[in-house]
Amino acid sequence: MKAEDTELLKEFTKEQVAKLNSIIEKFKSKPGGLIPVLEEAQVALEYIPISVQKRIATGLNLPLSRVYGVVTFYSFFTMTPRGKHTVRVCLGTACYVRGGKALTDTLEKQFGIKQGETTPDRMFTLESVRCLGACGLGPVIVVDEDVHGRIKPGKVKEVLSQYN
Amino acid sequence: MKENPDTQARRVQDDLRLNYGPNKKFITICAGTGCRAYGSLKVKDALEAELKKQNMNVEVLATGCFGFCEKGPMLVIHPDKYFYQQVKVEDVPEIVSKTLAKGEVIGRLLYRDPDTKKTLFREEDLPFYKKQLRVVFGRNGMIDPTRIDDYLAIDGYQALGKALSEMTPEGVISEVKKAGLRGRGGGGFHAAFKWEGARRAHGSPKYVIANGDEGDPGAYMDRSLMEGNPHSIIEGMIIGAYAVGAQDGYIYVRNEYPLAVTHLTMAIASAKEAGLLGKNILGTNFSFDIHITKGAGAFVCGESSALFASIEGRAGEPRAKYVHAVEKGLWDKPTALNNVETWANVPLIINRGADWYAAIGTEGSKGTKIFSLVGKINNTGLIEVPMGTTLYEIIYDMGGGIPNGRKFKAVQTGGPSGGCIPESLLDIPVDFDKLYEVGSMMGSGGMIVMDDRSCMVDVARYFLAFLQEESCGKCVPCREGVRRMNNILEDICAGKGREGDVELLEKIATGVADGSLCALGGSAPNPVLSTIKYFREEYEAHIKDHRCPAGVCKALITYSIIPEKCTGCGLCIKVCPTQATSGEKKKAHKINNDKCTRCGACIESCKFEAILVK
Repeated sequence: MKAEDTELLKEFTKEQVAKLNSIIEKFKSKPGGLIPVLEEAQVALEYIPISVQKRIATGLNLPLSRVYGVVTFYSFFTMTPRGKHTVRVCLGTACYVRGGKALTDTLEKQFGIKQGETTPDRMFTLESVRCLGACGLGPVIVVDEDVHGRIKPGKVKEVLSQYN
Repeated sequence: MKENPDTQARRVQDDLRLNYGPNKKFITICAGTGCRAYGSLKVKDALEAELKKQNMNVEVLATGCFGFCEKGPMLVIHPDKYFYQQVKVEDVPEIVSKTLAKGEVIGRLLYRDPDTKKTLFREEDLPFYKKQLRVVFGRNGMIDPTRIDDYLAIDGYQALGKALSEMTPEGVISEVKKAGLRGRGGGGFHAAFKWEGARRAHGSPKYVIANGDEGDPGAYMDRSLMEGNPHSIIEGMIIGAYAVGAQDGYIYVRNEYPLAVTHLTMAIASAKEAGLLGKNILGTNFSFDIHITKGAGAFVCGESSALFASIEGRAGEPRAKYVHAVEKGLWDKPTALNNVETWANVPLIINRGADWYAAIGTEGSKGTKIFSLVGKINNTGLIEVPMGTTLYEIIYDMGGGIPNGRKFKAVQTGGPSGGCIPESLLDIPVDFDKLYEVGSMMGSGGMIVMDDRSCMVDVARYFLAFLQEESCGKCVPCREGVRRMNNILEDICAGKGREGDVELLEKIATGVADGSLCALGGSAPNPVLSTIKYFREEYEAHIKDHRCPAGVCKALITYSIIPEKCTGCGLCIKVCPTQATSGEKKKAHKINNDKCTRCGACIESCKFEAILVK
């Protein structure tokens, strides 16, 4: 156990590793516990690299391939560190026909990164989502938990300036 | 002795009725996701602070979504039922000192009918609401979804009481069958047949599941129900579980809907506390519990067998359908899975009877349906109408038509599995069968309206890109076929379309539809086939003339400024993110097409329509 911990401790704090262990413990005996474990682990650790997946696989007595398969199947899980803020551009149909694509282009240009990437200073991660169910406000961008509706490409800078 | 929960519930309800009697003054404010983004919670806080300051005892209820998302934040002042829209924090002192204290209305906060120019006072007078029949969704605006008492006050859990005390499980099934309730999630399968199948199936335990993995882009009615009236779904599920003989239930909610998860969790806890859920419900032998499972972002998990896999903690890959879910569903046990909206219809049927329910709607599709009306439409929002209402009524009477006087082009229904319906078919009554007939489908009820500036090839490409991303990859025809179709469409949009591409698309489409296990692949070609069917000339224009008639496909268009219309105001220079526009003040500006990324910022900003897209 200790040897495994050193690998985890390279990337995470002691508290985070302890939290991960307690999450695994909580769902250990529950059928279908893998996805909730991953969801909570991602909240606690922010991302789920292979080292974490190994720990979860051992803890839940599952093959690593199964854990890796689930992590890579669902778009919610990420294996790389994220920026301080997550910018999600809605590309649901309603936002798309109202100009969501232009927003993505503007953001990609401004950050100098593509969708799914993080800026080099690790401030912003840019993502697109398929629909946020806030279609009345389209086009929508969501920064962390804040929904910003009716955003035009010219207004992007102003919105982002609130986050630093 | 402990009071019978049924009498207890009735007593609470009577108390509440007294509280909210016809003359009681209170405010309901929409706290749906849309209005929250507009700042409705800030308005609520300001109202409460102002009421305190002015020493008035008026309750402010943060309710579920009102549906008229276009005009949020909005509130209703009872008992006069004045409907105020686009309310800002600055309006609050006036609302309190005028409307609440003296009963005077504030003109500028009332809705003005853009056609008749009349000012309208009450919700039910608005054209948006007038033709609706809001039996399921309308109750959202009457209650605080975090309080079970509010739900009890609008006859909540009466249906459950009735089912458990007066009806047998078979009786419940036959009532729902007689009502003709069909699944609201897309397939339109009869709910009662599923329940009957699961009831008869061997195996135990049995499960009921509410599918809240609302994935269709442009559809958000399930979100609004889960957030705004969670108990209606839970009550429907308990009744369904009683009919099926299930002991356990799951609600599968998208990860993107955190508020829905919060409200459902609260609702489940308070239902348990009230003895409406858990062991020995309402003092009977029937026990049933509900768990919440959060999705992790995979569209395909809205498909039943993929959803089971996801609850079981595996990657959400569908399986072959020769084994029915009603026999071998979740954990290979008999399972009745219905959409969130379907469950919310169940208490109504039990309360008001199958005959009442079956009187609404068309021959094959009974009851009402909630649609989300989005895209290029004046009154964006959620509407609930009887099945059989025509598309024209929905888009023009309720939706208020297309913004800026532009021309209607198509309405897309059914999400990525649906199709685009052209203007010539606007008179069709909307129900399960009719939409299928014209090459689209009901889906979960998203309606995305498009005007003459939406390119149909681009829309088809959009859906195919979406489906390519979301295909689970199990069936090769879907995984590879959708990718190929997407490539071809990308080429067409980039001006590299070739003669015969349309025919090739049609050919691949057949293969994809026939060779896929689940409905995602089975209906993946619909967006392409329906746009080819109704808008073939647009494909031809892209391929043969290298022209995008709607002015959307960037490789096929250029921006220029019409010198006669340009006043030289400089606004387009200010908004252009790439400095492609230039010019002196009060002289016509110019666009450098080498720098221009055709983002449309200048078009949005120009007040004189001086920018030409060709």
